[in-house]
Amino acid sequence: MDSIVQYILYLAILVALAIPLGGYISKAMGGQKVFLSKLIRPCEKGIYKLLRIHPEENMGWKRYLLCALLFNAFGLVFLFAVLMLQGVLPWNPQGFDGLSWHLAFNTAVSFVTNTNWQTYSGEVALSNLSQAVGLTVQNFVSAACGIAVLFALVRGLMRVKDNGIGNFWADLVRAVMYIMLPICLVSSVALMALGVPQSLSGGRTVEMLEPIAVTRTADGYEVIEGARVDLETQTVTVDGEVVPEAQIVTEQYLPLYPQASQVAPKQAGTNGGGVLGTNSAHPFENPSGASNLIEMTLILLIPVALCFSFGRMVKDKRQGIAIFLAMFLLLVAALGIIAANEQAATPQLAQNGAVDVLAGNMEGKETRFGTATSSTWAAYTTAASNGSVNSMHDSYTPLGGMIPMLLMMLGEVVFGGVGCGLYGMIGFVLLTVFIAGLMVGRTPEYLGKKIEPREMRMAVLLCLATPIAILIGSGVAALLPATADALNNSGAHGLSEVLYNYASAGGNNGSAFAGMGCDTPFLNTSLGLVMLFVRFVPMAATVVIAGSMAAKKKVAASAGTLSTSNAMFVFLLILIVLIIGALSFFPALALGPIAEFTQMIA
Amino acid sequence: MKQMILRAGGMLLVMTVLCGLVYTLLLTGVGQAFFPEKANGSVIEVDGKTYGSELLGQQFSDPGHLWGRVMNVDVNTFTDEAGRPVMYAWASNLSPASEEYERLIKERVEALHAADPTMADTPIPADLVTCSGSGLDPAISPEAAEYQVHRIAQARGIDQDEVREAIEKSTQAPFLGIFGEPSVNVLKVNLILDGILEE
Repeated sequence: MDSIVQYILYLAILVALAIPLGGYISKAMGGQKVFLSKLIRPCEKGIYKLLRIHPEENMGWKRYLLCALLFNAFGLVFLFAVLMLQGVLPWNPQGFDGLSWHLAFNTAVSFVTNTNWQTYSGEVALSNLSQAVGLTVQNFVSAACGIAVLFALVRGLMRVKDNGIGNFWADLVRAVMYIMLPICLVSSVALMALGVPQSLSGGRTVEMLEPIAVTRTADGYEVIEGARVDLETQTVTVDGEVVPEAQIVTEQYLPLYPQASQVAPKQAGTNGGGVLGTNSAHPFENPSGASNLIEMTLILLIPVALCFSFGRMVKDKRQGIAIFLAMFLLLVAALGIIAANEQAATPQLAQNGAVDVLAGNMEGKETRFGTATSSTWAAYTTAASNGSVNSMHDSYTPLGGMIPMLLMMLGEVVFGGVGCGLYGMIGFVLLTVFIAGLMVGRTPEYLGKKIEPREMRMAVLLCLATPIAILIGSGVAALLPATADALNNSGAHGLSEVLYNYASAGGNNGSAFAGMGCDTPFLNTSLGLVMLFVRFVPMAATVVIAGSMAAKKKVAASAGTLSTSNAMFVFLLILIVLIIGALSFFPALALGPIAEFTQMIA
Repeated sequence: MKQMILRAGGMLLVMTVLCGLVYTLLLTGVGQAFFPEKANGSVIEVDGKTYGSELLGQQFSDPGHLWGRVMNVDVNTFTDEAGRPVMYAWASNLSPASEEYERLIKERVEALHAADPTMADTPIPADLVTCSGSGLDPAISPEAAEYQVHRIAQARGIDQDEVREAIEKSTQAPFLGIFGEPSVNVLKVNLILDGILEE
């Protein structure tokens, strides 16, 4: 019962905050006055002046796209260089070496594409400089790029016989300064107050209350099971016998980074790449129920708000609400299935009643979050293309883990990434309008714009990029013998690991079935290419649609116009999303999670 | 075109300074000035000696101590200044539906039964036989703590209520009574039982 109240409140808080934020965003992105203008406007103008940008310059779609791609290319090269060279760069208190070329490529692509897939574990690989100047910056600007392109598309839909879709630089600067920075500054301070570290020291050691006995083996140290340690005589005994070679570990490691400042944009910008390997499951990224509420709400806050901004921008709030409802219903359904399966746990854990599974499947979950809060996060983070985790999805029950995978396979349109989730969904809207139009013999149009072959081609590209990338990527990986060695689990769950991880890259999500070790040249490179493809192909397709829509004239709505804001349309939209996403992946899912489920209950 | 390239590079530079340097350093300053203990890892220090961090789990096996989540201990990644191994931990990432997992849980159940045979008929709370998400979970559920009260009291030769009192003092309720789950900080309980921490 308590958990149901929790689920409802989590969703209610999210929507209650997103509605006013949606209004704020539509004003701020349109260059109108908002309550922060007095503070931010002078800095914004300063940047324009410094870079000689004329925010009023109306770019055509080609120029807009070129600016976006150039900016991303610079970001990619810069981040790649920082990661490769961190060993000789300053601000590296732990003395880490540069990353290998393939890990640097994978990580740079991952952050520039707003995926934030983590092959690395921050605490054993990245310097302060890489975290702050490299990753944090992309956490801001990759999110801002998504918002920028979304607003270009909205302008395209609204403008009549115009050859421009806005100014990329102004969109980027506004998204960073009016949306991302204020939200992140406030939530970082709150997170620090709740216990998230913010330090440049890089880490320290502290003593433990009970020491651990270890012994040296060929490949490093190993913990001695059942050992008793006498600190005074420095001896280790097992069942009364002294272990001569034993060493005593008395200290533990505390990874201390500028965590709070990076966690906030990681959550708010649907980024998800943690400072630490275990992401927001780590108490240093997410210490309590309160910090979790902030971080979890941030995952979906901007993506949900953008639906409402969209309604305001197209001057018909019902259009935004219709898209919001389609996404929200899919989210609630997904959350329900995850929660039910995680709550039921598995017979392997229950041990015929010897273990009390009232708390649900606690493998890979933190005590302070429990099953309800962890399941909600899992649904949020894969519905949005966030990918941060507060529990380990690899240790979910077969079906509980399949739903997050499916949410990513749907193309990250259930709210999805900041900006890109909504423009992806608008691709599906165009597809729905077209298919529904064909069925009843109506001319397909959306918001008074006729949809013609050029837009349809682009919409199909937008909708199919993800399934194509995931299926080809995981198909090739599953054929290679080396992939099997990278897996942590065998059998059907092993295939689920491969599938999940390519779905994660293919949805620009970044969460992982983290048992799979992906730090090999093939996996790093192929996952990197998948991420590049699914980020920039849809982005380019969206800008093309924006350009061609802007040039069209508006047609007046008539009795023959299909409404895109009623319940029927919401239902059709959900259906199209499910048909394209779910049917593409059903055979693969049957061999992975569904097969594992049948084995589990056998 | 050349102008556009210059702008793209310039914009990245501006954003790097603004969101990378200014933003990070400003917040680090705020954290170090206003929340120095939390910003530096919530370290528990008594009379100049550190006893770990309030937020990170440690492994306990002494029957007189409260035991926490199962830890996937790693002593190979981090070392101290002298090069000696230092403890850290990670998640297991095991599927909870495999036969291998079933065997693993069975072993853990047997070990807990062996540690206190009087509790053999009581179902063990799931968090006591599972590995956490971070591997460093500092807490267990109140039920999992209660399960161990008899063993701890017996090993220490103290009253069970004394153990319960230490547990209660170290229990954190969910945020606003709703968000998250109640959790017992294992290290705090043990520090109170050992007489190091007085609250």
